Amino acid sequence: MSVWLPQHVDAFRTAMRRLLASPVNTLLSLLAIGVALALPAGGQMLVNNALQLARNSAPTPQISLFMKLDAAGSASEDIETRLQHHPDVKVARFIPREETLARMKTREGLADVIEALPKNPFPDAFVVLPVDDRPEAMERLADDLRTLPGVAQVQLDSDWARRLEALLKIGRTGVLLLALLLGVGLVAITFNTIRLQVMTRRAEIELSRLLGATDAFIRRPFTYFGIMLGLAGGVTAWLIVAAATWWLGAPIAEFAKLYSIDFTLHPLSALDSTLLLIVAAVLGWLGASLSLRQHLGDN
Amino acid sequence: MIRFAHASKRYPPGMDALSDVSFDVAAGELVAVGGHSGAGKSTLLKLIAAIERPTGGAVLVQGQNIGSLKRNAIPYLRRNLGVVFQDQKLLFDRNAFENVMLPLTISGFPPHEAKRRAQAALDKVGLLARMKAMPIMLSGGEQQRLAIARAVVSRPSLLLADEPTAHLDAETAADVARIFLDFQAVGVTVLIATYDTNLFPRARRLVLDHGRLK
Ligand SMILES: Nc1ncnc2c1ncn2[C@@H]1O[C@H](COP(=O)(O)OP(=O)(O)OP(=O)(O)O)[C@@H](O)[C@H]1O
Ligand SMILES: [Mg+2]
Repeated sequence: MSVWLPQHVDAFRTAMRRLLASPVNTLLSLLAIGVALALPAGGQMLVNNALQLARNSAPTPQISLFMKLDAAGSASEDIETRLQHHPDVKVARFIPREETLARMKTREGLADVIEALPKNPFPDAFVVLPVDDRPEAMERLADDLRTLPGVAQVQLDSDWARRLEALLKIGRTGVLLLALLLGVGLVAITFNTIRLQVMTRRAEIELSRLLGATDAFIRRPFTYFGIMLGLAGGVTAWLIVAAATWWLGAPIAEFAKLYSIDFTLHPLSALDSTLLLIVAAVLGWLGASLSLRQHLGDN
Repeated sequence: MIRFAHASKRYPPGMDALSDVSFDVAAGELVAVGGHSGAGKSTLLKLIAAIERPTGGAVLVQGQNIGSLKRNAIPYLRRNLGVVFQDQKLLFDRNAFENVMLPLTISGFPPHEAKRRAQAALDKVGLLARMKAMPIMLSGGEQQRLAIARAVVSRPSLLLADEPTAHLDAETAADVARIFLDFQAVGVTVLIATYDTNLFPRARRLVLDHGRLK
């Protein structure tokens, strides 16, 4: 411990000094790594937000059933009992056409239009919550309900949200793929940076060997250098994503208000942020290790 | 301390730098290795520091066989030696003090103790006042003394010096030679490769001629 800790502190300081010794190079590397990491990190942020939007907009998957306009009131009663005894229906709520009319009248701008109509344009309707809310089961139930007498239309309300969710899951795979590719890029950047470092420090490395330095001693500052470069690149990426979130936040809030959607753009979660930094550091370490194996050799 | 037993060194493709060299050096001895340029003086010192390995015979240093020394044991052997290289190998991007600190950092010395020792070593060669100077700002003789300070800072029991007085005027050379005598006086074994063995009149002489001991 008495030897181990100071040696690591020393290697850390050396790495720090080397980072600061060439500020322009360091800055360029950081930007390259930052942008490379910001793309998948930003993608992850967007996909997560869109997923949340999809889920919020369709909290429970449900089926809407509309009766024919000319169907008699008894037809609706008949359907109601059928729905209540249907094995695949969990809950069925009846919405009388009068109720719909009353609700629509309270909507600003619509009242006048509805008032002008000769008769109630809305049909009786049911909101059906299925026992099994998987898409295939819901599709089957909807088909079944369509055959009931007096039914005009059956609609899967959460359809678009589910499709969006499925699409976003593909999007997430895309983000992962992007992260993989750019991760390889990051390893290549650190690999090359360390290669240049080793080349400019040949004399120092050779002398250190002659003075009794172990391989570990020689590698240590370079390894720290790689980790710090990766980590700082991760922080840069985080800042880029945070800036983009902040930048997009206002117009998106505006947009959401316009369409009365309850939605605000959330920044990267704490978990995703931590993950980003850890991955960045690990990739920096990996690039450095590969480079050292290649360029320090065992002469 | 050191034993060469029919040691030889052939550099590829077929240059015999040392051939069948045998001698012993006891602890505390002062040895001057002489010979013409290209005689093999540097090669002899490099074998002792495990910078090169013998291609024939055996070289033993402090009981360890250089020819069969494991790669990961070499650093620990080198920490017990001080070496003044023929080309000095100073680092020109660090000041005198930092150059002298390097061996101590490498062997993991506690920082406070290391600082004290580095200053003591610089003081010993008369460079304490110049500890902040970059090597490029030092004269040839001062650079030579800086290289010596770095070699002795970890207080090795064996000191190797390759032409430590080359390119120095007679007076400075005598000064530098005196430093080595001082170390021998406190029990350090000293091997010096030099074409001017007269600088060390009390030293035991080994003279090489085309890789063979005369
Ligand atoms: N790395 C090497 N590869 C091939 N040949 C070498 C190598 N090092 C030295 N030699 C050769 O070995 C011989 C001995 O070299 P060495 O450096 O030991 O001589 P020296 O006595 O130190 O000479 P000088 O007084 O000029 O420093 C020389 O002929 C040299 O050319
Ligand atoms: Mg020589």
